[in-house]
Amino acid sequence: MTLYVQAIVNGLLVGGVYSLMALGLSLIFGVMRVINFAHGDMMVWGMYLSYWLFVAAGVDPYLSILVTGSAIFLLGAVIQRGLVNRILEAPHEMQILLMLGVALVLENAALMAWGPDPRRVNTSYGLSTFWLGPVVFDLPRVATFAVALVLALGLYLFLRRTELGRMIRAASDNRIGALLVGTDILKVFTLAFGIGAACVGAAGSLMTPFLPFSPSTGIFFTVTSFNIVIIGGMGSLLGAFVGGLLVGVSESLGAVILVPSLKEIVSFILLILILLFRPQGLLRSSR
Amino acid sequence: MLRLGLGAVSGAALLILPFWIPSTWQNLLITTFYYAYLGQAWNILGGYAGQLSLGHAAFFAIGAYTSAVLASQYGLSPWLGMFVGAGLAALLSLGIGYLGFRFGLRGFYFILLTLAAAEICRLIALHLPILGGYTGLFINFTPNPWQFQFQGKIPYYFIALGFLCLACGIVWLVQRSKLGSYLVAIREDEDASEALGVNTFRYKMIAYALSAALTAPGGTFYAYFQFYLQPNTVLHINHSVDIMIRPIVGGMGTILGPVLGSFLLELLGEFSRTYFAAGVAGLNVVIYGVLLIIVVLFLPRGVYPTLVHWLRQRPGDSR
Repeated sequence: MTLYVQAIVNGLLVGGVYSLMALGLSLIFGVMRVINFAHGDMMVWGMYLSYWLFVAAGVDPYLSILVTGSAIFLLGAVIQRGLVNRILEAPHEMQILLMLGVALVLENAALMAWGPDPRRVNTSYGLSTFWLGPVVFDLPRVATFAVALVLALGLYLFLRRTELGRMIRAASDNRIGALLVGTDILKVFTLAFGIGAACVGAAGSLMTPFLPFSPSTGIFFTVTSFNIVIIGGMGSLLGAFVGGLLVGVSESLGAVILVPSLKEIVSFILLILILLFRPQGLLRSSR
Repeated sequence: MLRLGLGAVSGAALLILPFWIPSTWQNLLITTFYYAYLGQAWNILGGYAGQLSLGHAAFFAIGAYTSAVLASQYGLSPWLGMFVGAGLAALLSLGIGYLGFRFGLRGFYFILLTLAAAEICRLIALHLPILGGYTGLFINFTPNPWQFQFQGKIPYYFIALGFLCLACGIVWLVQRSKLGSYLVAIREDEDASEALGVNTFRYKMIAYALSAALTAPGGTFYAYFQFYLQPNTVLHINHSVDIMIRPIVGGMGTILGPVLGSFLLELLGEFSRTYFAAGVAGLNVVIYGVLLIIVVLFLPRGVYPTLVHWLRQRPGDSR
């Protein structure tokens, strides 16, 4: 029994940062209707920036999210302005092809800069744990969960309470309508892509204290993000958040019930069930 | 007339070419034909029926593993095993298609369904002892044509070319048939074609099964060309991308699109490998990625349709 409780706790703790990652994808899709195939690779760049700041200047990964978040924001904004903006009306396959090209460039630029060997940020507290009853908590995972939660809440408040956030939501709900009432749509798109990228960049930094990574890690996180966003409901932010926790827990339970290397199969099966019986996602009322 | 002459000349050139070129170029052409073949198979579902699949690696792997396991365990020739593989791939595609099309999945949702199905296949394949797990499956080399194993590259060249011609022929037949018209109608406007009485579910299923069954023998060819299969290579999402990318670049829903796309991407890949791979690892793929982006931005309809459009605009055209 303790084993399962432990698995659920670990799953929830990782799920928090999955949620942040998926929030970014969901925001980008919700506003632009473009699927960001380079999502995981943007995250890997966030990871490497944190790693680099840690090794070169001793900056703690939980602090360096400020730098990585802004840097990946800029990267996202540039990709939106330079590339995505030109293919918003193009057919699906061309949008996918473009984003795959971007993913290839980002992944292999990381390979050029850091090589293929897995890296890891070895903080002093990396292996600290504490016990609550029979359940053991990893300190870095708890810290990551807490920061991810704060960032997700911050994003929520930004979208709900600020003028810019309202503009983004308006463009997401009805692009033509937002245009008609005079929204600067180009600004909104750039901002949304930037914020989506910043979310996943920060999520990457937050995972570095407990997760080894290499340039080829990116594609798996891209796929995981797709999973979460479909499960939660495309374009739904609350859905992405709940979906992240759900996928975290299901992978963690899958590792206990099956074998660890089969853990993703649980979330893929979950994805297929959702696609079949509730294609609008868990938390959306209509398609 | 010009078309016929051009076809005859290039056909003759392709037949004598392998005897004149060095082995690296033979390899390059074999890869080109082989990816053009896979792209052509994908094209039936993706290009004609407009249902983009990001999971064709699954059908490919079924073709590769079925023939390899049947040959090593039961001594069945891969020439026959590839038909078993094609049948199994068609069955799997009907399963995925039944689920997806039944529930009306379209666009991105269908893409992600195919991706998830292929990933599940990859995870299962990694845990099947008979497929060698993480170590992969090695195929012993015995130069016996009946076992699909040949000395030298030239036989592989002609088999790949033959496969490609066959696939082009099948797609040509599909395009001329009623089935082809139905598929294009579904691609252009599914609701309208449904309203006009086209059984969209049925024809999408046929397109999917045909596409999957054609993909599987490509896997058999790969197995006996590489002599090594590993789930993280043959079933990786990147492999599904490799299969899909050539017909998109060349021009979806045309017979020459996948062929042209395969030639173009193979040349671009070889160009970036030759000139940029020497220094830093990864630079050649960065260049390749940049070239892909350029293709999307400047030839958004694909290379072949753009070429045709451009030729038609010239006065004094011979057609």
